[in-house]
Amino acid sequence: MKRQQMYFRMISASLLRRRSRMLVALLAVTIGATILSGLVTIYYDVPRQMGAQFRSYGANMIFTAAADSDGLTTDQVERASALIDAEDLVGLAPYRYESVRINERPVIAAGTDMAGAQSTSPYWFVTGEWPSGDGEALIGKAVSNTYRLGPGDTLTAQYVPEHAADAEEVEPIERTFKVTGVLDTGGSEEEYLFISLADMAALTGVDDRLDVAELSVSGGQPKLEEYAEAIAAGVPEVTPRLVKRVTQSENTVLKKLQALVLLVTVIVLLLTMICVSTTMMAVVSERRKEIGLRKALGASDNSIIMEFMGEGLLLGGIGGLLGSGLGFAFAQMVSRNVFNSSITFQPLLLPATIVVSILVTGLACLSPVRSATDVDPALVLKGE
Amino acid sequence: MSLLEVKNISKVYPGLKALDNVSLTVNEGEWVAIMGPSGSGKSTMMNIIGCMDKPTSGEVLLDGVDIAKESNKNLTNIRRDKIGLIFQQFHLVNYLTAVENVMVAQYYHSLPDEKEAMEALGRVGLAERAKHLPSQLSGGEQQRVCVARALINHPQLVLADEPTGNLDETNENIVLDLFRQLHREGTTLIVVTHDPEVAEAAQRTIVLEHGRLVKEIINENFVS
Repeated sequence: MKRQQMYFRMISASLLRRRSRMLVALLAVTIGATILSGLVTIYYDVPRQMGAQFRSYGANMIFTAAADSDGLTTDQVERASALIDAEDLVGLAPYRYESVRINERPVIAAGTDMAGAQSTSPYWFVTGEWPSGDGEALIGKAVSNTYRLGPGDTLTAQYVPEHAADAEEVEPIERTFKVTGVLDTGGSEEEYLFISLADMAALTGVDDRLDVAELSVSGGQPKLEEYAEAIAAGVPEVTPRLVKRVTQSENTVLKKLQALVLLVTVIVLLLTMICVSTTMMAVVSERRKEIGLRKALGASDNSIIMEFMGEGLLLGGIGGLLGSGLGFAFAQMVSRNVFNSSITFQPLLLPATIVVSILVTGLACLSPVRSATDVDPALVLKGE
Repeated sequence: MSLLEVKNISKVYPGLKALDNVSLTVNEGEWVAIMGPSGSGKSTMMNIIGCMDKPTSGEVLLDGVDIAKESNKNLTNIRRDKIGLIFQQFHLVNYLTAVENVMVAQYYHSLPDEKEAMEALGRVGLAERAKHLPSQLSGGEQQRVCVARALINHPQLVLADEPTGNLDETNENIVLDLFRQLHREGTTLIVVTHDPEVAEAAQRTIVLEHGRLVKEIINENFVS
């Protein structure tokens, strides 16, 4: 039999046949590894999870036309948005704004894609229904109050082309819309009339012209800046801008949350080390006679260190393996309960958790194992 | 030819002289008993001969090497290579089986060999109990495992500290028979005991009192 085989036979026997004591140490390592693995999973998944939560606060990127351009086209917006990963693009709402008249009083009409507007502005509260086709309109709460209009009513909007020298001499274009819902946002949107882009084209007689596109993109500020740079370089007709009050507050919250998770992880690792170290101290203390015996049989200090470290590191490995699985379950539970979504298993986290557990357990064992070499072999000859 | 020569050794602890100018020679193949009451210096003598302690003064030549002048590391090597230890409390590793306990001594000495360890257990009549843990063995069986472990590396000197102190008469006789067998095979034995019957089994008995060698008895009726 090789010496290594006997070595593993001894340390595995120590772990398997002294279960009660070793279970305490294993429990400490496993709990530590579970929290470590779980928190690191959450640490890396928080930006995605929080990004999805932040997206309910509205658009965080805006496309406008380049300074020397007359406006945006649908093609330009599509080309620019194609540079954003589909999984990160939560919503895109193109807007075209024109001044129209309702009962001879000016109102801002916004042509948009209703589904896109819903995605980018999920906080908009609509009484009634969102328009589902052409000829339907969503009116802001202020417009509703001014004209005493509500869902089911109809309104007629008049458009006078801007280029007309004297607007009164030009025949205005009229279109009638059925009001499907009233929009309540608490913002300036309540003063607008929202219609489809096709209706806006029909009303103004000008097709495929956009003023702005609002985008809701998942990801932290650095990622958004990367997208903005790629779009500015790839589609020069489009000027991407980040909505800083949204992106910066996202960034601040994410950084604080990640710092908190990191701090908790470090504290858990320290507590694990203390627990393992205390357990190993107890193990060394209760095995003083065995250590004395081994030394009496001719074990060198290095042999004693190797044996106790071997036990500790094996515990670390087993605890790390168990902890990485339990940690994923822990992270999944937290994710489902806090963020209401699932996380994906990171395969790299398995070896990383095992390695960190082994290192932490090894560090925790250093001091107790060193004290094991101080045991006097003559201890075993005392006949008590 | 002498295997062990203890020359005028003294061991002084703060406020206590455990050994006082003791000299002793043990020849190869000889069986010597060391007797004495508690506090007579028996354990100190055992520790020094067993390379687990050093005298304050004097020489201890084991196979020609003065172990009183060796480093702790060298003492560990000498103990491993030349001495087999048998304890009153057996001191088996409680989570290892009988055969594994024997193999531990092989592990520190050279290479573990399960077949050889099984043969050693067979020699002490425990082949059938080789896979049992110490908690599953009687006191006599545990002491026989301890004997098998002490002999597995073919030591030049076997040191036994009160080897029958925790055994009933039947098991005491089994262990003494094993010692007789070892002696016949040429093993040098030093047995520390307070039991006159065990001492009488040896060729020669050294009596210590208050750290001094006070008497040396040759067993005229010694039968190996």
